[in-house]
Amino acid sequence: MSRAALLVLADGRFPAGGHAHSGGAEEAVKAGRITDAATLEEFCRGRLHTAGLVAAGLAAAAALGIDPLVLDDAADARTPSAALRTAGRKLGRQLLRAARATWPSPELSALAAARPRGAHQPVVLGLTARAAGLGPEDAAYCAVYESVGGPSTATVRLLSLDPFQATAVLARLAPAMDETVTAAVTAARRALDDGVDALPRASAPLLEIGAEAHAAWPVRLFAS
Amino acid sequence: MTAELLAVAPRAAVTIAGIEATARIEARPGPGGATVLPVLEGEGPLAVRRIRGLYGEGRVALVGAMSAPLGGDRLAVRADVADGARLHVAATAATIALPGQSGQPAHYDVRLTVGRGATLHWLPEQLISANGSDLRVTTRAEVAEDAVLVLREEQVLGRSGEAPGRLTSRLTVTCAGRPLLDQELSCGPGAPAGWDGPAVLAGLRALGQLLVVRPEFTESPVRPRMLGDRASLTPLAGPAALVTAVAADALAVRRILDEALELLLGEAADGR
Repeated sequence: MSRAALLVLADGRFPAGGHAHSGGAEEAVKAGRITDAATLEEFCRGRLHTAGLVAAGLAAAAALGIDPLVLDDAADARTPSAALRTAGRKLGRQLLRAARATWPSPELSALAAARPRGAHQPVVLGLTARAAGLGPEDAAYCAVYESVGGPSTATVRLLSLDPFQATAVLARLAPAMDETVTAAVTAARRALDDGVDALPRASAPLLEIGAEAHAAWPVRLFAS
Repeated sequence: MTAELLAVAPRAAVTIAGIEATARIEARPGPGGATVLPVLEGEGPLAVRRIRGLYGEGRVALVGAMSAPLGGDRLAVRADVADGARLHVAATAATIALPGQSGQPAHYDVRLTVGRGATLHWLPEQLISANGSDLRVTTRAEVAEDAVLVLREEQVLGRSGEAPGRLTSRLTVTCAGRPLLDQELSCGPGAPAGWDGPAVLAGLRALGQLLVVRPEFTESPVRPRMLGDRASLTPLAGPAALVTAVAADALAVRRILDEALELLLGEAADGR
């Protein structure tokens, strides 16, 4: 594996459109559930152990070579909010475009042909990691980091939060991110034998409900 | 203690660790199209009673049934609705998860199958996670392609004014063999951090879900919408709609789910 390839993929400047999404932070800020660095940290912890864990499990499973179409169905079942499924597929399509240009591979082309409207982003992420010669841990790290990095950056813009404080929140979450990656990769390895039932399916009711509330707003800064 | 348990639970296996009991319900279309229940078996704390059904459906009440899984108990309910049969299952009281003496978690497994052209309404009462309890609930439903399933789940974290116990609840539904919904909520002491924070429950103590699977939703899925401030209705990736609600108390959740049920059955009947 190439550590440099991991940096290219995990870089916020990788042209995959993630910056347009707040991971539910925009709705949580408007509803008064995120008001400062402390509440941002609690939000991120909750998101990491639910949506982040699920995304990391799917990404690790795709990186291990589990059928991406089966994983795409598993992602649908783990994403009851229609707004989040739409956002996840849109992000997946954008990532797939960037990935095919960056690390061309027959697997990425096959997924693009099978899911022209986009596959779920974590599945594409895992397959991209595979194409880049990275492993399941790398894919899971990208997924968990994104799951908290997005809300953190968005909150800096939404609340004019001090960027140093937002970065300190991410640093404090690092041990929890490590644990989440371990849990996700363990589950993904189990899914090799036991099927996708073994993948994490942790849910966050307020993220699901908030995503539908957010999608109905006439004007918003972030796409989700 | 064991003798006492045996007295109230004559047929359940009682061990030091807890009770093991399974209730079974089988529904099948009978003569004249009315649903019959060839299997209706309770066990130990799980009692099942046939009650008068409407329009030839089979109707069953879980009596005190879901009450009090204690730590270490392993309770299971299995309901199979054969092709073309119609079954309605309700409960007479809420389930309260309580701490046991063994220090072990309690397990509650529900397995449902709904055959072709069959209908199952699975409408138990709330599950209350009492302080100090530890319960793992697994609900798995397999629904045939043109079957109808109406399933309600409600959780209350702690009795009135009480801190919640530990609760893990997984709901897995497949439709025509494909995954339709797979979710797991984990809350209470020892749950992954953030469960009570702004992304997950934000201090609210009651939550509920209403799942409606209907073949009509393939052609005309529901329009996603909010049902008040903290509840949403969304189409799933399949012939189904899901309502998710969180609120300060169980009554508020029930009110939202009741209204949503009327809305969803109405929409399907109108073919909208």
